[in-house]
Amino acid sequence: MRLLVVEDETKTGDYLRQGLTEAGFQVALARNGLDGHHLAMTESFDLIILDVMLPDVDGWRILKSLRDAKHSTPVLFLTARDSVDDRVKGLELGADDYLIKPFAFVEVLARVRSLLRRTQTLVTQEELKVADLEINLLKRRVVRAGKRINLSHKEFCLLELLMRHQGEVLPRSIIASQVWDMNFDSDTNVIDVAIRRLRSKIDDEFEPKLIHTVRGMGYKLELEQNFED
Amino acid sequence: MRIKRTRPLSLSLRVMLFVMLAIGLSLLLISRLVLSTVERHFVEQDVDELRVMIAAIEHTIAQNNKDLTDLHLSLSSAISGHHGVFYEVEDESGGVLFSSEGASFPSVVSGVGQLTEVDVSNLKLWTIDDRTYRGVVISTSIAGRQYQISSALDMEFHRNFLDAFEKSLWLILLGAGGITLLATWLGVYQGLRPLRGVSQSVRTIQTNKLDTRLDLATVPVELQDLVISFNQMIEQLEAGFIKLSHFSDDIAHEIRTPLTNMITQTQVGLSRKRGESDYRELLYSVLEEQERLNKMVNDMLWLAKSEHGLIKLNNTLVDLQDEFESLFDFFDAFADERHVSLTINSNKIKVQCDKDLLKRALTNLLSNAIYHSAKDGVVKVNLSENQHLVEITIENTGPAIEPVHLTRIFDRFYRVDPSRQRNLEGVGLGLAIVKSVIQAHGGQIAVLSNANITRFTVQLPRASLG
Repeated sequence: MRLLVVEDETKTGDYLRQGLTEAGFQVALARNGLDGHHLAMTESFDLIILDVMLPDVDGWRILKSLRDAKHSTPVLFLTARDSVDDRVKGLELGADDYLIKPFAFVEVLARVRSLLRRTQTLVTQEELKVADLEINLLKRRVVRAGKRINLSHKEFCLLELLMRHQGEVLPRSIIASQVWDMNFDSDTNVIDVAIRRLRSKIDDEFEPKLIHTVRGMGYKLELEQNFED
Repeated sequence: MRIKRTRPLSLSLRVMLFVMLAIGLSLLLISRLVLSTVERHFVEQDVDELRVMIAAIEHTIAQNNKDLTDLHLSLSSAISGHHGVFYEVEDESGGVLFSSEGASFPSVVSGVGQLTEVDVSNLKLWTIDDRTYRGVVISTSIAGRQYQISSALDMEFHRNFLDAFEKSLWLILLGAGGITLLATWLGVYQGLRPLRGVSQSVRTIQTNKLDTRLDLATVPVELQDLVISFNQMIEQLEAGFIKLSHFSDDIAHEIRTPLTNMITQTQVGLSRKRGESDYRELLYSVLEEQERLNKMVNDMLWLAKSEHGLIKLNNTLVDLQDEFESLFDFFDAFADERHVSLTINSNKIKVQCDKDLLKRALTNLLSNAIYHSAKDGVVKVNLSENQHLVEITIENTGPAIEPVHLTRIFDRFYRVDPSRQRNLEGVGLGLAIVKSVIQAHGGQIAVLSNANITRFTVQLPRASLG
């Protein structure tokens, strides 16, 4: 997977490149709008992360050129101003998603993955499986080690989200937004309690543990013995 | 576009113009009255004089009616004492028996005829060769013969007197008017002195002396309203100023705490070589503090924006019951763990509002209610509406919040219990945000607390702003 990051702020650019590279992506970093524009128009990427506040050619221009040239590469734009106008403008110009600065890196990662997944042909899966945990999406049935587990509606949604993103760290904000439609900094304790309850049903009586807390970042579901919990 | 606005007339000028108008009108009235009285007096005098003249002529005719030459002579001397007097006597056939020197009566006067008495109302006024006369024509019968006596007075003397009188009258009146205006101006200047005094006192008030109040006892009644309003304004400013400086102190404190933590941890961490897991632990700990700071800055930014009216509401019609049901869903596990049950009592109530913002506010209130609810307590939500507004109450059972805290509970960084765990309550901006969300919607929020329950009441206008 090849990503283009257009970001003029040196540190942010460096960390985005490092983080995304370490997450397994190939990353091209453009440090100004002109280079970004050139790269975006001449090379092929799976996704572009675009800072809209650039000193020379701004992000909107790059986005517009891309869409005018009928490139459908998904674009995630970064905006420092959390004004609704900016978001609306970006989405109208054809961006796929946005993040408001300052953002948490896990959030960038989660959005990038979800955008990339969106562009892949969506396989309607009926079942998801991690280790001995299986869920049936149609029958909304959960089985671990052959034992049927009863979950409430939201618990099932939460588990489904974690399973679909297995191995990825999901920040609390994304969990709140995807499961409960809470699109703001909500009370993170509530997420922790919900996870705790899900764990008590999914993990407590079983080995190995599947749901992991990633301190300071969020949660992930993964079969990984060595992960520090 | 700039709208040009003219300054309203100065107060002194207003008073002066008004007084000028009033004095001008009354002086004009007085002068008319005086002049017409004098004129009338003259007319009456003239009537007397004409009567005397005519009586003298009649007397002369009665004594000399036998001989025409005698009569002529007697008539010419009859009114010799009078100055500026003219007369003419005709007999019944219209022949002129006698005409004094210079007498000339226009036909308008002589044609009147048949008057027997001289009266103010039947005097005539006419002008010949720039000289004005006043006179009358009388028919009289003496010793069986009819005579017509025309008599007139030269008005020149009166005119001159009246002209001079009018002139001096105007001078006197103008003088009086001028003096009155001057007095008025002095009065206004003096009258506005307390205002200058107030202005002087106001000038001494500075940001470090906001506790200054103007003394109500030293100003006249008319200025008391102004002084009261001004004192109220200063009071509000002072309260705001104090709040603001507390706020700055709080910000400094709230920022310094995580910063100090990070600095100390990092310094300790770097003080000697450590294993990888120690470094990881250090980074996690620093990350937690950073997230805390980040959230606080975001919240403060949001509050600052809302204070300046920069929050744009994205209004839609929201079904409150649906929203609460999904919020209960969200808090389900959390409330369960704390043995708190959530109940709602409502009908289908819809309100125009920014769904995400309102949810943010309600989430905050609900989470507070659950936190502070007694064990095995109940959080009750009640929705009701009337013609104008929608009311949401969220109440929890549990210990009372003291009145001293209730008044400040919506202030930024205010915590009921300062020693309370930081992470449990965030940085103390939650209720401030709730309040500004509600206010942005044109609504109100109030809190009540007694030994059994604590209740937050939110009122939203049915037709929301924005």
